[in-house]
Amino acid sequence: MCPEQIIELMHEYLDDEIDPAKERALREHLRGCKDCEALFNELKKSIAFVKSMSHMQAPDDFTANVLARLPKEKKQVLMARWLKNHPIMSAASLFVVLMAGSLLSTWNHEREFSVSKQENLVVENNTVIVPEGEVVKGDVLVRNGTLRIEGEVQGDVTVINGEQYLASAGRVTGEIEEVNEVFDWIWYHMKRTAKEVVGVFDTETK
Amino acid sequence: MEAIVKKRIKQVIKGDQDAFGEIVEIYKNSVYHLCYRMLGNSHEAEDIAQEAFLRAYVNIKSFNQDLKFSTWLFRIATNLCIDRIRKKKPDYYLDAEVAGTEGLTMYSQIPSDTELPEKELESLELQETVQKEILKLPEKYRSAIVLKYIEDLSLNEISEILDLPLGTVKTRIHRGREALRQQLRYV
Repeated sequence: MCPEQIIELMHEYLDDEIDPAKERALREHLRGCKDCEALFNELKKSIAFVKSMSHMQAPDDFTANVLARLPKEKKQVLMARWLKNHPIMSAASLFVVLMAGSLLSTWNHEREFSVSKQENLVVENNTVIVPEGEVVKGDVLVRNGTLRIEGEVQGDVTVINGEQYLASAGRVTGEIEEVNEVFDWIWYHMKRTAKEVVGVFDTETK
Repeated sequence: MEAIVKKRIKQVIKGDQDAFGEIVEIYKNSVYHLCYRMLGNSHEAEDIAQEAFLRAYVNIKSFNQDLKFSTWLFRIATNLCIDRIRKKKPDYYLDAEVAGTEGLTMYSQIPSDTELPEKELESLELQETVQKEILKLPEKYRSAIVLKYIEDLSLNEISEILDLPLGTVKTRIHRGREALRQQLRYV
């Protein structure tokens, strides 16, 4: 039987961990020992057999089957993927959010009292008065204040975030509008924008 | 490759299953192949390989991202295979593929009129013989041999996968080689 340390050297060789001196010793021995040479060749042959085994491919539906067995996905990931797959809808919803945000911030900014400039309007402590017997020409706009109409307004009246009182003798030739809630206010903005757009076309056609 | 996998793992940790699908695509063949050679039939190989990916997904947060993902995945798969071998009762499916062959089931073991070309038959027989001998190895030698010669991994990687000292891995491979030599010497 072959010496144990020679077999040890064979394994070192097969592990690619033999140093040159030992490899020389191994080759030296193999040249003189038929038994060891045969054993060494058998070892190499069995490795070659194992390595030659054909590579197995996973079945085609493998990945789908694995994914089907996974626990349910988190909602936020689903949402993120939906946004990624629907860029136009994402852009649209982003637009809506930003628009609402900017309108709301305008709403919050405009908390101060203001009134449209007409000569014969009287202002007393956030209350605007259209005095009796006076005729105010043009649209009247009051923000964050009260409007009392005792005279006549030749135009539209709009009160934002306030109240308007129309005295029995008072008269308004145009429309009277009170805007108090945020949504009313947004609605008012949209209507005004629409009117302006129409107005542009009107003046152009004129 | 590892960089892509690392990126996908981060997405998986956030709960993205599509990213995990990509990881499965990358490793499915090597994991399936490992399981097939460890277990010797396609039903069990598919079952265990799927289970390995499922475990990887569920435990992804415990994966140390400084390590190679494949090492971790192979460790899960190898452990599952060893568990299965230990529990295994001798069972046969008639439609199960014959060990070491592709597309050859027990049905085709029943003699048929049409004969395969001699060369192909020889190679199939050889593969079958080799697979049979691998399956005869005790599981601790089998896993080391399969990782070394079927998955073509380094001794260091095998020692990480099996969570064993390098010396122990070498001993197992040496014993496995010796056992295979004795069985395959007259083939």
